[in-house]
Amino acid sequence: MLLSFLAITAIAVVRLRDLFGVVMLFSIFSLLSAAIFVTLDAVDVAFTEAAVGAGISTVLMLATLALTARTEPPPRHGTLLPLLVVCVTGGALVYGTLDMPRFGDPQAPIHQHVAPRYLQDSPAEIGLPNVVTSVLASYRGYDTLGEITVIFTAGAGVLMLLGAGRRRTAHRDDDKDKRGSAMKHSLVLRVVAKILIPFVLLFALYVQFHGDFGPGGGFQAGVIFAAVFVLYTLIFGLKAARAVVSPRVLHVLSALGVLLFAGVGVAGLFAGGNFLDYSVLVRHPVAGQHLGILLIELGVGVTVAAVMIMFFYLFAGRTR
Amino acid sequence: MVTVLGLYNYWIAIFLMMTGFYVVIAHGNLVKKIVGLNIFQVSVFILYISMGKVQGGSAPILAAGVTVYSNPLPHVLILTAIVVGVATTALALALVVRINEAYGTVEEDDIHSQDEPG
Amino acid sequence: MTMIVDVLSWVCLLAGGFLGISGGIGMLRFPDFFTRLHAAGVTDTLCAGLILLGLMMQAGWGLVAVKLFFIILFLSFTSPVAAHALARAALHGGLKPLLHKAEEDPSKP
Repeated sequence: MLLSFLAITAIAVVRLRDLFGVVMLFSIFSLLSAAIFVTLDAVDVAFTEAAVGAGISTVLMLATLALTARTEPPPRHGTLLPLLVVCVTGGALVYGTLDMPRFGDPQAPIHQHVAPRYLQDSPAEIGLPNVVTSVLASYRGYDTLGEITVIFTAGAGVLMLLGAGRRRTAHRDDDKDKRGSAMKHSLVLRVVAKILIPFVLLFALYVQFHGDFGPGGGFQAGVIFAAVFVLYTLIFGLKAARAVVSPRVLHVLSALGVLLFAGVGVAGLFAGGNFLDYSVLVRHPVAGQHLGILLIELGVGVTVAAVMIMFFYLFAGRTR
Repeated sequence: MVTVLGLYNYWIAIFLMMTGFYVVIAHGNLVKKIVGLNIFQVSVFILYISMGKVQGGSAPILAAGVTVYSNPLPHVLILTAIVVGVATTALALALVVRINEAYGTVEEDDIHSQDEPG
Repeated sequence: MTMIVDVLSWVCLLAGGFLGISGGIGMLRFPDFFTRLHAAGVTDTLCAGLILLGLMMQAGWGLVAVKLFFIILFLSFTSPVAAHALARAALHGGLKPLLHKAEEDPSKP
């Protein structure tokens, strides 16, 4: 049933021409898919998708809409050719699925070789209840290193694209703040924000360090941390937010997280093991795994938070 | 009939994928294309995660008394994919902002006609 | 005792569901932005709160009930504030409420 809601939302995105509505529908789409992930037992993924898709993605798209147009003009090409292409591709894909294992089949090939080994050996080798974290951070830690490097690169790219304008408009920040932040004068919003922000930050820290035992980990915590600063910026204005966390600090922090992760890997080399081998970091291998996972999740959280906040500052600081 | 029920999850995911794909190729507005691309991404995630589910299993968090777990490997893969997806989306949106400043529009046809010589 | 708790929780869940549906219908049928905002606000706070309360009663005493209680607390903080922020933004943008129309829909409780 959730899947049919998803399909309806997707079709509505195609038909709607008001871009603001399209972005909101996309946010609903993200949230629905997060609910579907929960029913499919993927709790970590649902957490991340809800935070990232319905949170950061939507905020950035809205910021882009504020800088560009709001509606889409009527289509000029015929829609027959794209429809044909889409139907042919869809048909080919459906034909490809006829051979695939049934939904939920425990005998499917992907459940046979590597996954049972991870599930069985993870308690002994790593000792963390959340198998997804142990696979992400230890067994497949190299992929995660690549991932935060991608985030860092995207941050650097957006900085190059949108960062130069900031110097030009620096002297215009004052009147933009007067115009831009109607929320600054609303007592209710300011009071509630000031009450809630410490708790949300605490929750972000909890998610960061509790990722070993339940759903959570570096990514989700970083995104929640960034969301707090987005809220602060929306209510108190960009200038006040820049005074709290200056862009220079963000630049340094985003690099620091990647450095921490790679540093842990190199430390493993110096201690006599392989790159990103945590078992040799301290005397006891399992404790070494715990320490290694803690440090790299911290690195991931720091980089993700810094880059997301940087995205928002850059988008919000750009005038039309 | 059993075939349809067993394969239904793939077909829904393919339908969503095709919807996103259609938005990318049929609409000229750049922001809408990015939204379509994101829909495509999310439907691919649904495809992978539905492949990882085991009938009667629980979330892959080790707990006492649970014997069957769903496969954690697709979860790890998709976790990475989601975050990389948002990074790519942010970069794409930054590009759209700059294109808008350079050409004055975000419609693909107008941009092409401005680029054509003469 | 458990019977009473069960019945009460079902009452809460059904009331929450009814409010959700009526809020949805209200959002579609109300004539003006601010009345629609009212329908949305009712759904956000009361409907979600009642459903969570019903779930709390179903869960019994334990960690799950405490977590659900915290969610109710958080929601009762943020949903009214979100509705307030929306109304404020609309007023700031120049949207005026529909005041002079003779027949207003009798509002939801």
